[in-house]
Amino acid sequence: MQGTIQNREGFLNTIAERLGRQRKQSVNKPEWNDQPQFDVYKGATQDQLLDRFKQACEPVHTEVRETSVSELPNQLKETIMDYGSGSIVIGKDQRFVDFGLMPTLKPFDVHEWDIQLGQENIDKAAQANIGISFSDISLAESGTTVFLSDKHKARSINLLPYCSIVIVAKSTLVPRITQAMRIIDQRVKAGETIEPYINMISGPSNSADIEMNLVVGVHGPVKVVYLLVRDC
Amino acid sequence: MPMKIGTEPFFERVDRSIHDDFMRQAMASAQDRLRGRKLEATVGDDSLIDWELWRNAGEEIRRHTLENLDFYLEQLSESYAARGGHVFFAATAEEANRYIQEVVQKKQAKHVVKAKSMVTEEIGLNEALEAVGCDVLESDLAEYILQIDDHDRPSHIVVPSLHKNKEQIRDTFREKRGYTKSEKPEELAAFAREELREAFLKAEVGITGCNFAVADSGTVALVTNEGNANMVTTLPDTQITVMGMERIVPSWEELDVLVTLLCRSAVGQKLTTYVTGLSPDLEADSVDSPKDYHLVIVDGGRSKALGTEFQSALHCIRCAACVNVCPVYRHIGGHAYGSIYQGPIGAVLSPILGGYEEYGELPYASSLCAACTEACPVKIPLHELLIKHRQRYVSGGGHPKASEKLSMKVFGIGASSPSLFQMAKGMAPAMLSPFTKEKRIEKGPGPMKPWTEIRDFPAPSRDNFRKWFDEHKKKAGDDQ
Repeated sequence: MQGTIQNREGFLNTIAERLGRQRKQSVNKPEWNDQPQFDVYKGATQDQLLDRFKQACEPVHTEVRETSVSELPNQLKETIMDYGSGSIVIGKDQRFVDFGLMPTLKPFDVHEWDIQLGQENIDKAAQANIGISFSDISLAESGTTVFLSDKHKARSINLLPYCSIVIVAKSTLVPRITQAMRIIDQRVKAGETIEPYINMISGPSNSADIEMNLVVGVHGPVKVVYLLVRDC
Repeated sequence: MPMKIGTEPFFERVDRSIHDDFMRQAMASAQDRLRGRKLEATVGDDSLIDWELWRNAGEEIRRHTLENLDFYLEQLSESYAARGGHVFFAATAEEANRYIQEVVQKKQAKHVVKAKSMVTEEIGLNEALEAVGCDVLESDLAEYILQIDDHDRPSHIVVPSLHKNKEQIRDTFREKRGYTKSEKPEELAAFAREELREAFLKAEVGITGCNFAVADSGTVALVTNEGNANMVTTLPDTQITVMGMERIVPSWEELDVLVTLLCRSAVGQKLTTYVTGLSPDLEADSVDSPKDYHLVIVDGGRSKALGTEFQSALHCIRCAACVNVCPVYRHIGGHAYGSIYQGPIGAVLSPILGGYEEYGELPYASSLCAACTEACPVKIPLHELLIKHRQRYVSGGGHPKASEKLSMKVFGIGASSPSLFQMAKGMAPAMLSPFTKEKRIEKGPGPMKPWTEIRDFPAPSRDNFRKWFDEHKKKAGDDQ
């Protein structure tokens, strides 16, 4: 459904008039003179990015547990136990199957996101102790996980529960936000409809609003742990 | 409440602020910490190679975008509407508020939850919504603290509650919300988390500002740490974004550079905890995304800067790096500016948006040391713009106050006649003698008062430079 646009012509005409010209129908974006973003960790290997990612997690109060593909189910189980298990919420995400994690999750109190259930999903997520999700793109420079959320890989999963466990495949590591945004940019330029919610998350929520003291855990998760999987 | 803070004249605000020891200490400490973190994350971070190249990139992107603003705003409105969102262009604060009131009333919404947004402060949106019977709750921790403390006003663009200490916050929570725990920031924040979680879940409308809109994809990017903006854009059924018209980038390619500049300059983080790209959602069966999206694009006086010497002020990305290095802000704090936009950028922006009548004195709240210009990640020549404001203000572009006009007139009369000037100069020591103690003035009259309250002023010498110069010239001539 097409949305509405109101009051546009007069508003934009005023801008053009102030700029001393007619309205522009097209603009050629220049090749920017300085593009330092592409030189950060240029040529770094995946192993170097992995090291960089781990280093970046400490300042953002995020625990990292490194594991292999075959050990991931056990590591996930152990992590769930260490973080108090309780109720768990996960997205409808094929990767839980691909990494062989469904049997691991079965003994726990797990809710898998189901759009047919409507509001019940949000209620479950709001009460959950743990949300488990997969990082779609992972940024070495800042220890950031990127989620291309949609109606099945819902945004609530790594927002509402008290703890967030994120599975980070080594193959998803890129140097920095530059590469993640470039992927999205190219999809936009190719005419694709990008996900309605693209969330780049670096650790647990925090605030320094009270006398500049850092408090970890405000509205989003209070604890975040990454399971870093050596899949390449 | 709109852009203006308080009703006191500028000097009285300054006078009150410099006597507030806690506030001055808090400002100085916050400035030192924020500036230190910024330096570490910018010029001190070798992985960035050369921070100046980043600043150049930021400046070039902002200049290009503003020079082609009509095109990019049109593109944004098309791409946002193509995804099912509604776009409203508001020339004034009143138009923006009226539209938002209508949206909320159509939904018969009573509970509105907001994430921190300077532009909604600027247009006075909370009051407009309360006027139509809505309960508006601020969800950013600092804004929440200010709101429950009888709608106190922000004192810093990035850390709005900087002027409050934890004991004051504890007492406010106790008095207004029945809080029973201590002044520990962790306990205060945990209490706010609990209180606000309920509000997020029952709110019908969520309102955010906009760090940057992406023109070609119809996306609103939000750069935050607490996660409240994510709650606001996830749980309520109706999502309203309010953006200043200049807060736009052509594509995600430029968003990368500007988000990097913002996070590092504002809080010294490589990235803030959340960098979120929100675009209208066409999928009707999504469970946890709004069903109705509105983007309100506000001019509110910004277009007055376009095509003028002040256009670059609109390049600002609201990082407050200039605020964090300003020696004047350090001493007078945020409230003394009388505007929600403080520090050097506030002194440049407030007169553009609110006029010289109201904010003409703010460009004088600067030592013109140029630290602001040096700190700005998009290279706005802030101190030069402050000088240009002063020039406009005194040359008739503004409307200086009657007292200032009178003093300039008296000076003009005195300076226009050599004999009057000589007489006034000669009288100065005698006129000031009642205030003079051991060749120093400790409590000066009139415009000297603010200075002498902080430090002494040397009493005018009975000798003067001209006399000294004439005597030495004569002596030199005699010696030859």
